[in-house]
Amino acid sequence: MAARVLACAPCHGAEGEGTSDVYFPRLAGKPAGYLYNQLIAFRDGRRKYPPMNYLLEFQTDDYLKKIAEYFASLRPAFPPPVPPVDSKEILARGEAIVKNGDPQHGIPPCSACHGPALGGMEPGIPGLLGLRAAYISGQLGGWRYGTRTALAPDCMQVVAGLLTEDDVKAVAAYLSSRPAPADPSFAPRGSLPMPLECGSEPH
Amino acid sequence: MSRISTGLLVGLMLAFAPVAARAQQKAADPAVIAKGEYLARAGDCIACHTAREGKTFAGGLPMKTPFGTLYTSNITPDPQTGIGTWTSDQFYRMMHNGRFPDGGLVYPAMPFASYTQVTREDSDAIYAYLRTVSPVRQLNKPHELTFPFNNRSLILGWRTLFFREGEFKPDPGKSAEWNRGAYLVEGLGHCGMCHTPINALGGSSQSQAFEGGLIPMQNWYAPSLTSNKETGLGDWTIEEIVDYLRKGVSAKGAVYGPMAEVVYNSLQYLNDDDVRAMAVYLKGLAQRGSPEKPSTPLPSAESSLLLSFGKPIYDRECASCHGATGQGMPPDYPPLAGNQSIQMVSAVNPIRMVLNGGYPPGTSGNPMPHGMPPFAQKLSDDEVAAVVTYIRTAWGNRGEPVSARQANELRAATLN
Ligand code: HEC
Ligand code: HEC
Ligand code: HEC
Ligand code: HEC
Ligand code: HEC
Repeated sequence: MAARVLACAPCHGAEGEGTSDVYFPRLAGKPAGYLYNQLIAFRDGRRKYPPMNYLLEFQTDDYLKKIAEYFASLRPAFPPPVPPVDSKEILARGEAIVKNGDPQHGIPPCSACHGPALGGMEPGIPGLLGLRAAYISGQLGGWRYGTRTALAPDCMQVVAGLLTEDDVKAVAAYLSSRPAPADPSFAPRGSLPMPLECGSEPH
Repeated sequence: MSRISTGLLVGLMLAFAPVAARAQQKAADPAVIAKGEYLARAGDCIACHTAREGKTFAGGLPMKTPFGTLYTSNITPDPQTGIGTWTSDQFYRMMHNGRFPDGGLVYPAMPFASYTQVTREDSDAIYAYLRTVSPVRQLNKPHELTFPFNNRSLILGWRTLFFREGEFKPDPGKSAEWNRGAYLVEGLGHCGMCHTPINALGGSSQSQAFEGGLIPMQNWYAPSLTSNKETGLGDWTIEEIVDYLRKGVSAKGAVYGPMAEVVYNSLQYLNDDDVRAMAVYLKGLAQRGSPEKPSTPLPSAESSLLLSFGKPIYDRECASCHGATGQGMPPDYPPLAGNQSIQMVSAVNPIRMVLNGGYPPGTSGNPMPHGMPPFAQKLSDDEVAAVVTYIRTAWGNRGEPVSARQANELRAATLN
């Protein structure tokens, strides 16, 4: 498999560990179901990044599944988290949204779906640690501007739509300041409350 | 229900009975439907008539042309928005003569200029098959063409110049296999739509059939299929051509760009006999023997600099897959030495491969292809020009050098 996905290495690293480019995400160790949904979304143009849309355009579901399982199985080390540059207030605001949401503005806690330890839930919800701030805000922006869409109902589009620019900045700052666990542990399927319905994570 | 309206209904039913009966009679024959499905694959109707993540055959796919955007039609049997009310006669007229049931002219982006060669029997089979697919209620999107191309009467001029109506006439001097191949390549396969120079009106010119051309808006070059100058098919074995068309990879090269779509959606589904017949016909088009060397001006100081600069880049970035001497590791990594598809006068294809990388299509014969990484971020324009110049001229290859400017221009090419 490693030889078949060498085409992905310049952007995602030879073992899916990510590269120095802050917009190029790590793939290793994410839930296979989540990675599979992303590969299908890129192939079908539902999630847009032209270099990847182009590479995957003529690949079958079966093959994309194998690629997803392959990257899900890898465990390269995480880089140490970058020391936060943002103020304590911003980090505290981020932590509050992640753990408790913002009931006043209808924002659900991120942990309600991504897990109390933010490790994600099988099969389709990814962990939120080990991601860089620029990537997190880029993705939340993608949902708001429609360049990233997930299977309907797209709960993340709703969540991202409720966040202000400042919220996004705070959440991205907080999440990227937390160390990622060496071994990802996903919450078992169906074990989290999930305040909204998500097409990527059917009950 | 009152008597009168029942009577009316019966009357109406009687009036429509002949049409309905004919349609049903065909629809009832599973062998004809299966044949129609197969022929629709050979014609690649699905690739154009299905939008991304859209319903099969419901149309709506945008087709960019130099004159604006066309949207493909809904060809499901929905009576209001599809072709549910069309008769097989009307369908044949569309395929054969490019006219709507009301006589209106069809844009040649619908390849009727090739489909005109399809026999009535085959057209009827495709018609019968299309009647069995799930009807989808979806209105056709209006085309977005610029003036004056939004005026359909302009198609008349195009037709006078480029359209020759007529079913395929077998050549009695050739084998049945050759004739079957010719029928598929010239007709349903509509290979000439890309492999023929596109003239200013977006049609392909018959006098230069299969001589190759740049596909407008896509920035890919479809090589000539007629001569050794552009394609190496004269040196390919039938087996290699069959592999290329059906699996997407072969000992001589892999498919990429728009050709990957053709293999993915159409050719991989054709049976061995038909693909073999196409290969026999294609090989007959290509002339045998060693092609003449293109009249390359002696390498200037700049191009020899590019060359010496290109080899270290090749050794560092490319040799691990394509081999130190360009021999490749087929079928996983195509050879570059002797690969005609990168030596053509137009250097668009090799430059784009280096910038964008690529995967051959996943097919039943090659379900898990190996891929090539994109180098757009890693290599500068000078480096791209240098390495492409190197692969076009090393190991006995006869291509011409390319400039950094050419490489730069293709960075903006639409990816998909
Ligand atoms: C040119 C660089 C590039 C190449 C080559 C590339 N990717 Fe990506 N990939 C990206 C970027 C950038 C993103 C994030 C896109 C976005 O902003 O949505 C991404 C996102 C992804 C994601 C989603 C990750 C997540 O956590 O949501 C997956 C899965 C993925 N890529 C797999 C692959 C595979 C498999 C290959 C090889 C076949 C590949 N990529 C090749 C740049 C690349
Ligand atoms: C209702 C459940 C739910 C809630 C609440 C939720 N998420 Fe998500 N999140 C998902 C799902 C499902 C996905 C995967 C979507 C897909 O398939 O693309 C996801 C994906 C993401 C991703 C993409 C990760 C990657 O690797 O590309 C980010 C970032 C993210 N969520 C951030 C957040 C933040 C921040 C919050 C809180 C403000 C939040 N989510 C709240 C369900 C949820
Ligand atoms: C290269 C793209 C392409 C391919 C391949 C293609 N079509 Fe079309 N087709 C079009 C376009 C574009 C139109 C709209 C033309 C117009 O509006 O003048 C169209 C229109 C039609 C229509 C008219 C329907 C209507 O009500 O407007 C029919 C019927 C049709 N195609 C059948 C087929 C069949 C059957 C095949 C396969 C054998 C096929 N097409 C393959 C592009 C394509
Ligand atoms: C949508 C445009 C398009 C259509 C339709 C198309 N081709 Fe191609 N074809 C290309 C392009 C672009 C290339 C160059 C890329 C490559 O070599 O894979 C190519 C390459 C080829 C080659 C390889 C030539 C060489 O020397 O490497 C063969 C053989 C070929 N096509 C045969 C066919 C046949 C047969 C058909 C009809 C069934 C067809 N093509 C239809 C675009 C097209
Ligand atoms: C990881 C392996 C790998 C590396 C490294 C690689 N390639 Fe490729 N290359 C491939 C594969 C696989 C294909 C077939 C891709 C396709 O069909 O879309 C290919 C196709 C090509 C083609 C088109 C030829 C054909 O018949 O398909 C050219 C030209 C090319 N590569 C040039 C290069 C150059 C120049 C470099 C270095 C800058 C390079 N490659 C590096 C794997 C690689």
